Amino acid sequence: MRKSSLMVLATVATLFIVSWIFKGIALEDIYESNYLQGFLLTFSAFLTLSIMSFLYKDNPFYKFSEHLFVGVSAAYAMVVGFWTTIVGNLVPRLSESLSNFFQIPYQEGTYNFFYYLPVIFGLMLLMRLSKKHGWMSRIPLAFIIGTTAGLNFIGYLRSDFTNQIAATFIPLLGAAGEWKGIGDFFSNLSLSAGGQLVMMLSNWVIFLGVFCGLIYFFFSREHTGLFGKASRVGIWILMITFGASFGYTVMGRISLLVGRITFLFKDWLGIIS
Amino acid sequence: MLLLTFSDIGLIVTLVIIAAGLGLILKLALKGKEIDRRIIFIFIFFSVASPIIFQIKFSEKATAVVKSIYDKIDNLPEGSKILISFDFDPAMAPEVQPMAIVLGRHALIKGHEVVFMSLWTTGQSLLTEIINEYILPDFPEKQEFIDYVTLGFKAGNEGVLKVIATDFKKMFPVDNNGRPLDSIPIFDGVKSCSDFDLVISIGGGKPGPKEWILFVTDPSNIPMAVGVAAVIAPQMYPYYPAQVLGIMGGVKGAAEYESEFIGNYERFKDMKTPGLLTMGPQTLAHTVIMAFIIIGNIIYFRKRKKEAKS
Repeated sequence: MRKSSLMVLATVATLFIVSWIFKGIALEDIYESNYLQGFLLTFSAFLTLSIMSFLYKDNPFYKFSEHLFVGVSAAYAMVVGFWTTIVGNLVPRLSESLSNFFQIPYQEGTYNFFYYLPVIFGLMLLMRLSKKHGWMSRIPLAFIIGTTAGLNFIGYLRSDFTNQIAATFIPLLGAAGEWKGIGDFFSNLSLSAGGQLVMMLSNWVIFLGVFCGLIYFFFSREHTGLFGKASRVGIWILMITFGASFGYTVMGRISLLVGRITFLFKDWLGIIS
Repeated sequence: MLLLTFSDIGLIVTLVIIAAGLGLILKLALKGKEIDRRIIFIFIFFSVASPIIFQIKFSEKATAVVKSIYDKIDNLPEGSKILISFDFDPAMAPEVQPMAIVLGRHALIKGHEVVFMSLWTTGQSLLTEIINEYILPDFPEKQEFIDYVTLGFKAGNEGVLKVIATDFKKMFPVDNNGRPLDSIPIFDGVKSCSDFDLVISIGGGKPGPKEWILFVTDPSNIPMAVGVAAVIAPQMYPYYPAQVLGIMGGVKGAAEYESEFIGNYERFKDMKTPGLLTMGPQTLAHTVIMAFIIIGNIIYFRKRKKEAKS
């Protein structure tokens, strides 16, 4: 290890210990185990700063935090999966003695032979670890993929296809499809978001946006003339959509940064209330 | 007399520093000097950290897409049944936790019967924390099992939703504490999700709001509202208003709801508004990002012009 690396490591370790002691003293009146809480808070702050240090450049602290996060997440998911899926869902329906063993209430009257199928499939999935019997894992995998595809197919077809098409058939005259003539329109003219004019404009944007967007993806005809202009509008609609998505993504990332900085300032350093 | 608050002074100082810094960067860039990407990170950090320290807030007004959720909860008759699913983890919490808190408060103050649940393993602890630390202290008169109940986390993702869409008790025979649902007053007359007056999913991953729409509320025509992480919000808009009655997208949605809520309920006028507080850093960070986009474009067009001349 280089001398500079050792210096950095020693500095970080010293800062960590100093922070731990100060935090422990600060928490004396709040927690009985103040030094343990102080350690946990300091360690959380260390991990946060380690992850953020990647913005400067890749470094061992970042690597350590990243690996720790992946490891802990995987372990947590496995433990929770066992206790909630196998113990929580399967065991109470399978066996009274096993339920007693895990100290969870047995669901009487729910016994069904088919509940053994997931047990068998689960064991077959684990065969993946064996070179000789690995082929057995393909059967439950095929079942999982088939079932998921079947379940999702109906849901997506209804909610993301037919209902979406239906939602595009919107009144272009009148806010709720009740067009009472041009006189009534101007008499009740309002620029509020829920007003007839804004609603109509909104419906026209949806109608033209969908129409021109579809034209852009229609490649059986050359995009020239009026068709080309509509296609061009389609591109603009798509670009504005992507821009809005990007804006939302930035907002999401900033929110996460706010969460971490608030933790550092409030919980760790205590400079804000 | 002009009185400046601590936040106002903070805002002025922050804006002056950011403007001066950006001006300097523009000057350097126009001279043809490279700007290190880490300079941008420092600006973003400063524009986020400063509003947090100075508690800079901006006013918000509920837009139609958020207001419709507020109006729905506000106009439901007292004692209506609302199901709120906390489908998120700690990583998503800064964005969606403010929504969960304000929705829970609103539902309880209107006297609705609220059922809390989660489809995410990590949602369980967040659910408990939000209810016990943020919502219930404001409602000491509310009784568990009569005014609200916590079902906790249930493994099975879409499988859970497919089952509760037709038979709630088959998937949740007991609540979070092992009490049978048959003995909980809130569940009197509840057979499936169709018996709820409103279903709200707060999240942004899978399973989350989209799965609720696909497997529960759309097939059964149940009124549905969603509170989603910003990244997911654009995917939710096609469902509005036919398939979901309202959307809260990211902290902006949460801030709008909080603003509407504290504006109408005197009792909560001084409550903590994490959504509104997060909009300060959001506004400044977005301003800085836009400034960098403009600076980048100025440099690009000047460079192109120079190249064309030469």
